[in-house]
Amino acid sequence: MGAVLYVPCDAAALAVGADRVAETLADELRARDVEATIVRNGSRGMHWLEPLVEIETEQGRIAYGPVKPSDVAGLLDAGLLDGGDHPLCHGLTEEIPYLKRQTRLTFSRCGITDPLSLEHYEMHHGFLGLKRALEMTPAEIVQDVTDSGLRGRGGAGFPTGIKWNTVLKAQGAQKYIVCNADEGDSGTFSDRMIMEGDPFVLIEGMTIAGIAVGATKGYIYTRSEYPHAVAIMQDAIKIARKAGILGVSVMGSDHAFDMEVREGAGAYVCGEETSLLNSLEGKRGIVRAKPPLPAIEGLFGCPTVVNNVMSLASVPIIMDRGARFYRDYGVGYSHGTIPIQLTGNIKNSGLFETAFGLTLNELIYDIGGGTLSGRPVKAVQVGGPLGAYFPPSLFDTIFDYEAFIERNGMIGHAGIVVFDDTVDMLKQARFAMEFCAIESCGKCTPCRIGSVRGVEVLDRIAEGDQPEQQVELLTDLCDTMKMGSLCALGGFAPYPVMSSLTHFPQDFHVKPLTDAAE
Amino acid sequence: MALQTQSQDIEKETAAIIDVHEHQEGPLLPILHDVQGKFGYVPEDALLKIADRLNLSRAEVHGTMSFYPDFRTEPAGRHVLKVCRAEACQSMGGEKLADDIQRDLGIKWHETTPDGKVTLEPVYCLGLCSCAPAAMMDGNLHGRLDEDAVLKLVEEVK
Repeated sequence: MGAVLYVPCDAAALAVGADRVAETLADELRARDVEATIVRNGSRGMHWLEPLVEIETEQGRIAYGPVKPSDVAGLLDAGLLDGGDHPLCHGLTEEIPYLKRQTRLTFSRCGITDPLSLEHYEMHHGFLGLKRALEMTPAEIVQDVTDSGLRGRGGAGFPTGIKWNTVLKAQGAQKYIVCNADEGDSGTFSDRMIMEGDPFVLIEGMTIAGIAVGATKGYIYTRSEYPHAVAIMQDAIKIARKAGILGVSVMGSDHAFDMEVREGAGAYVCGEETSLLNSLEGKRGIVRAKPPLPAIEGLFGCPTVVNNVMSLASVPIIMDRGARFYRDYGVGYSHGTIPIQLTGNIKNSGLFETAFGLTLNELIYDIGGGTLSGRPVKAVQVGGPLGAYFPPSLFDTIFDYEAFIERNGMIGHAGIVVFDDTVDMLKQARFAMEFCAIESCGKCTPCRIGSVRGVEVLDRIAEGDQPEQQVELLTDLCDTMKMGSLCALGGFAPYPVMSSLTHFPQDFHVKPLTDAAE
Repeated sequence: MALQTQSQDIEKETAAIIDVHEHQEGPLLPILHDVQGKFGYVPEDALLKIADRLNLSRAEVHGTMSFYPDFRTEPAGRHVLKVCRAEACQSMGGEKLADDIQRDLGIKWHETTPDGKVTLEPVYCLGLCSCAPAAMMDGNLHGRLDEDAVLKLVEEVK
């Protein structure tokens, strides 16, 4: 069957030319009359090396990257097919320190397998969790998930098992599993990577959730900005249906479960669970007041589990290896692993799955290699556009839900955006308010109006118009938004604003009037 | 006459799209996506047809449609360039890049070049934060961009 090569089909790899590399490689191999297979795998998550080409050898897979189409002929001349040496060669993929240091549980297959190959999936421990779940009672499954300590990976960190238990106990002729794949936070892409790189793990996780709570229908609500994830997920569902994994009899059992992918339409707020449910129902994505909780009255008024992609994709390994195995990773009340996304101005950008407990210092410098620009780090934003900005003096904070809350931050969906010293924090604070104003659903006043007033106040600070009074006004406004908003959009937009003001007061200093006049 | 025919065509095509999705729970968004996919925007005639078939008021369909930035009431240019404005792209010079693009194309956000070729839209994250700054041209993704690379993209489609 000849040589086996891997060129990722992950959107991050495609965005930097992976398709053209794969085409050039295929053409060159044909021209040289070499028999070889090119597998389009998911990404390993070392995005600074994308497009990352791998060749299967007796010692294991050997990595080359970042590969440009113009490098392909040279790579083949250097003996790519035998793992030959080349300036772009990184040796055995698994030995690359960035990958070797990780604990890959949720992402154990991502980048290794062909995302749409059921055979690959099963060869790499696929469906073992589901098979075990099928031998258990719903209450036992829910107990295992509770015991694992898994908390919602979407950002809120609510214990997944407790949510499932509420839905299990709720009465309803119809129940739903809704996967929140509306990954709109800047600095995050782990949901996208799993949907594009290992879609069956999400299908398996949702099916287990369905069996556990008695739901027969699942929806994956994702973004129109993720066309590749949508396409791969849809194909994977079709394949799973054909194989009898989904349908009236899940793997030949008495359980029925099926699912569909639904696309949002560019509204960030639909990542909020109640807004997402309205959107799924075909309505405006307006936030609903809670209670009632979606677990009691969710989609179409039925009991509904709404979980993030990462939470659901972590379930199969918990069911396969046991609650104890998963629980033993992590620190404090943050159990298991978390796929951290290192993004923005950082050298080794990509996804790094590890047990909770590393410090920001370790993540940004030891693993991330510092800024890509080579300039000093000034700030990082953790947890998306509603997450706080931290200065280097707080980089001893460990990656743990509670440790971040203690310092007025949040880990959110575990994205870290690194900024060098050219960033103006007043501008970042203004952007946070502007973003909130653009994306507000409009239901509650603190968010809808507060964000607009926030932009105006920050503009006045920038102009040097009574800065002390404006800062006081801004602080008061942020308090109102925090306390009075219905959901996290208005409630958390003050975090990037206030953290900028608290940690970088110098950027809020007013230019002398003479400067402004020039 | 021509207008009438066009309006009938829109109704017919919309009805065919509704046939596909009618059995789904909450079919409105999938229908709107397909209608926009077909016509490049959501024509008024399609909206009326959807309201009629789903037993909704025109206001309800309009309300849903107008909530979502993706849906247009008028056709876009032949190509749509979406440039990311979010934080990770900002950290890699995304804001300057966006300014350069607007200057080079001579248009602002949401506008179309006078020749009708390119519409420029902001987007808040394409999930390419590890290879910022990023943009999407007609569904194709591009990362690690600079001004020259974007201009090349525009040239290619022009």
